[in-house]
Amino acid sequence: MTYLAKPKFHHPAIELNDLGFTHRDYEGAISTLCAGCGHDSISSAIMRACFELSLPPHRIAKLSGIGCSSKTPTYFLGQSHGFNSVHGRMPSVLTGANLANRDLIYLGVSGDGDSASIGFGQFAHAIRRAVNMVYIVENNGVYGLTKGQFSATSDRGSKSKKGVMNADSPIDLVTIALQLGATFVARSFSGDKDQLVPLIKAALEHKGAAFIDCISPCVAFNNHEGSTKSFDYVRAHNAALNSLDFITGRAPITADYAEGTTQDIALHDGSTIRLRKLSLDYDVSDRGAALNHLYQVHASGEIATGLIYLEDDSSDLHERLNTDERPLNALAEADLIPGAAALARINAGLR
Amino acid sequence: MPIESVNDFVVRFANVNGSGSASANQLFARAIMRMGVPIAPRNIFPSNIQGLPTWYEVRVTEADHLGARGGTDLMVAMNPQTWDKDVAAIEPGGYLFYDSSRPIPASKLRTDVSVIGMPLTDIVNREYSDPRQRQLFKNIIYVGALAALLDIEIGVVETLIGEQFKGKDKLIAPNHRALHIGFDYAKANFACPIGLRVRRADKVGDRIFVEGNAAAGLGAVYGGATVCAWYPITPSTSLAEAFERYCVRLRTDPDTGKRRYAIVQAEDELASIGMVVGAAWNGARAFTATSGPGISLMQEFLGLAYFAEIPAVLFDVQRGGPSTGMPTRTQQSDILICAYAAHGDTKHVLLFPRDPHEAFTFGAQAFDLADRLQTPIFVMLDLDIGMNQHLCAPFAWDDARLLDRGKVMTHDELEAGRDFGRYLDVDGDGIPYRTYPGTHPSRGSFFTRGSTRDRYARYTEEGAPYVDNMERLLRKFETAKALVPPPLLDKAAQPTRIGVIHYGSTGPAMDEAVRLLGADGVHVDALRVRGFPFSHAVTDFIADHEQVFVVEQNRDGQLRTLLLAECGIDPAQLVAVLHYDGTPITARFIRREIAAKASVIRTPARREVLS
Ligand SMILES: Cc1ncc(C[n+]2csc(CCOP(=O)(O)OP(=O)(O)O)c2C)c(N)n1
Ligand code: SF4
Repeated sequence: MTYLAKPKFHHPAIELNDLGFTHRDYEGAISTLCAGCGHDSISSAIMRACFELSLPPHRIAKLSGIGCSSKTPTYFLGQSHGFNSVHGRMPSVLTGANLANRDLIYLGVSGDGDSASIGFGQFAHAIRRAVNMVYIVENNGVYGLTKGQFSATSDRGSKSKKGVMNADSPIDLVTIALQLGATFVARSFSGDKDQLVPLIKAALEHKGAAFIDCISPCVAFNNHEGSTKSFDYVRAHNAALNSLDFITGRAPITADYAEGTTQDIALHDGSTIRLRKLSLDYDVSDRGAALNHLYQVHASGEIATGLIYLEDDSSDLHERLNTDERPLNALAEADLIPGAAALARINAGLR
Repeated sequence: MPIESVNDFVVRFANVNGSGSASANQLFARAIMRMGVPIAPRNIFPSNIQGLPTWYEVRVTEADHLGARGGTDLMVAMNPQTWDKDVAAIEPGGYLFYDSSRPIPASKLRTDVSVIGMPLTDIVNREYSDPRQRQLFKNIIYVGALAALLDIEIGVVETLIGEQFKGKDKLIAPNHRALHIGFDYAKANFACPIGLRVRRADKVGDRIFVEGNAAAGLGAVYGGATVCAWYPITPSTSLAEAFERYCVRLRTDPDTGKRRYAIVQAEDELASIGMVVGAAWNGARAFTATSGPGISLMQEFLGLAYFAEIPAVLFDVQRGGPSTGMPTRTQQSDILICAYAAHGDTKHVLLFPRDPHEAFTFGAQAFDLADRLQTPIFVMLDLDIGMNQHLCAPFAWDDARLLDRGKVMTHDELEAGRDFGRYLDVDGDGIPYRTYPGTHPSRGSFFTRGSTRDRYARYTEEGAPYVDNMERLLRKFETAKALVPPPLLDKAAQPTRIGVIHYGSTGPAMDEAVRLLGADGVHVDALRVRGFPFSHAVTDFIADHEQVFVVEQNRDGQLRTLLLAECGIDPAQLVAVLHYDGTPITARFIRREIAAKASVIRTPARREVLS
């Protein structure tokens, strides 16, 4: 049994939000991801954002695909309905859910394998349909759950744990989202709470497709052959323990840096990425400029983070379809069934 | 001897795709129906938009034989490309109607058919200067000529033209004129009527004439479907389009223009079933319409829907497989892939409508069943039902009927403290309770996943809870037996040891075959299966007969395989009668096959009598 319930414990001086909920009301089951996995930091940023916005947890629907990242919805918002769908197909399930009940808040969580490879098409189409959602890709540049293969966001020339060189060009989901007409596009880093929490909050308040590409280091890269702490070794030697937790015991990587500056982040596998936080005078309302800026930052070997594009008077799928203001799942017989008289008229027209 | 027949013959039109003949041919068919004579028309068309041959066949059948008959009594040969084949297909003593503007060598004609040549091209060239008009009115002119040749009341055709162009009144007079050009020419130049004749009757009654796909789309409206996600594929496209058409009419708020439905043309079948699953998880009634190749793509999601217990309705309009197969021909060859869709041990509920009437009824019922059973429901149509107009009983609806939303625990029930475990079998029927997302602030939320879990929806990889869950799913499938439409028995006039099982679009041909066989002295009891899982009545029927023919339209006897797999029957007891060349099965074929195979069965019985 790998499901773990959390002990209920209340500190008397604990912080309450406008709904009278504590932070604990936004938690889920205990994470079974590797200690230090960036995905866990994103989970806590999601909890923080929902807490600070005083969102009723049960009014949030959290949907995901398959992968370590897609497991995370179990670990936050325990009072929300969750849906682990199939690999790469969260966007269609979320789209359908959203069509059924426009009144809930939709949070889609995915991985770079999930969204940029097998689910690339679904990612693209959910964005271009302007489904009202927050779509977070927990981007670690690898397949975590299947143990370290390249994903489509892995950089060309980067090396896998096994020393293999990646020959393919990467997909930048942020650029793609911009080109597909997403009306909220951001990138952040799992360890940068100061940046990530406000971004998630803004995304939750946005109407339409809000996309956040969140760089999220995978500690399991450290998991080389011959190590007595490797996944395989630990699993072989101690099946009773939660092996992933046992591997590393690493602390999550964090970042804290000012707008307009860069920071080098050392990942668990020894590689480094340089993040550049967009400066305060960056204009988020110009899609073309955003694409250009991304290109320039990338050319200088850096990764732009922050709110990259925002369209204020955005629309969503329901507006485009002109659907009833009431949730479709709440319509009753009288709204739905045209009745015997209408059928008699249809019959008459078919003779 | 020329064939002489009143209200019982087959006319076949051979045309070129894109020549605008479809509406003229339909006009011809409807006129006969308006004269109170039942008709069974069928489209035979290529997987191509323009240029290739198409055929339209009208069976005129006062005796109400609505299956395809096979053979052609009157060929309207308008396609030089298919001339030889078309002429060869005419029954001995039949008739050939053709455009005689260009001379045809005698060697291209048959001496045993009556040849009626009308210089159609010359006539239209004389009467019209615009090439498009020439093409379109040529079709109306031959309808006029056929009306004279077959004794179809010209007034009826005129009325139909008036109805067709209602609102575009300017088109009525030119069409009437073209009709009369043909009618008058035939009267003046041919001995009208010929041996084939239409005589006013009262055999149509209050029946309607409609395509199965349109009927199923309307069924989805009455079933309360609000979300349709689909991807275009022949022959299912017109189903989603019909749903949209009816929704625009019936589900749009007249004041605000707001729509009480959502239709998304998805990027592919994976996305369409994904949207259906998401919408149904969230409490809306959702469906997709597709065909074999689409079902292939949906497999992974279907496994998820089965295992995670999410309602979904799929209209599968079957076509010729495997692969792209024969995209515009009919088959019943998705039975097994639908019954066992997805990896792992899965079983799905199938409904087999016979005609548009049942396509509507089962279409609506499928949504109740999906919600009640919390599982995918397949409505197994095929091209023959879906894309042809059929004469069938009018659609019926009881206004007192309520939607069966199945076991959904409400906010108040949760508030009252009812124990909620998503996968608890509270009632012993294998069906657990669910909650819609967002129902209650602190109770009733759960995690939906395709991975194994315990009764409270908590992830676990333990064997026992897995087995517990899989066994409950079997219990649920058992429950489904009583919920799907029961089989219908057509008992022979005399006691017999021969049974026939059939389903879906085979029905009309089967009814006729039963009568023909009976006249030959081969009495059969026919059972029409309308749902899977099979009810006990199906097993009992097989047990009650020595030999059971399973008649279906695929190569491998898929329903037969399903019967063997699910009912534990001796394979020797079930004899396959298979028709799968892409054309609709005919009574002639069934009669021939069963007569041949039944004689083998009857031999021992005769010997007993002799000894
Ligand atoms: C159809 C299908 N193919 C393959 C898999 C195996 N699989 C599970 S997770 C995964 C990759 C996950 O990678 P990513 O989305 O980047 O998430 P991460 O684990 O890195 O967070 C794969 C290939 C699957 N579950 N389903
Ligand atoms: S394998 Fe990588 S992505 Fe998966 S939980 Fe471990 S650290 Fe996170």
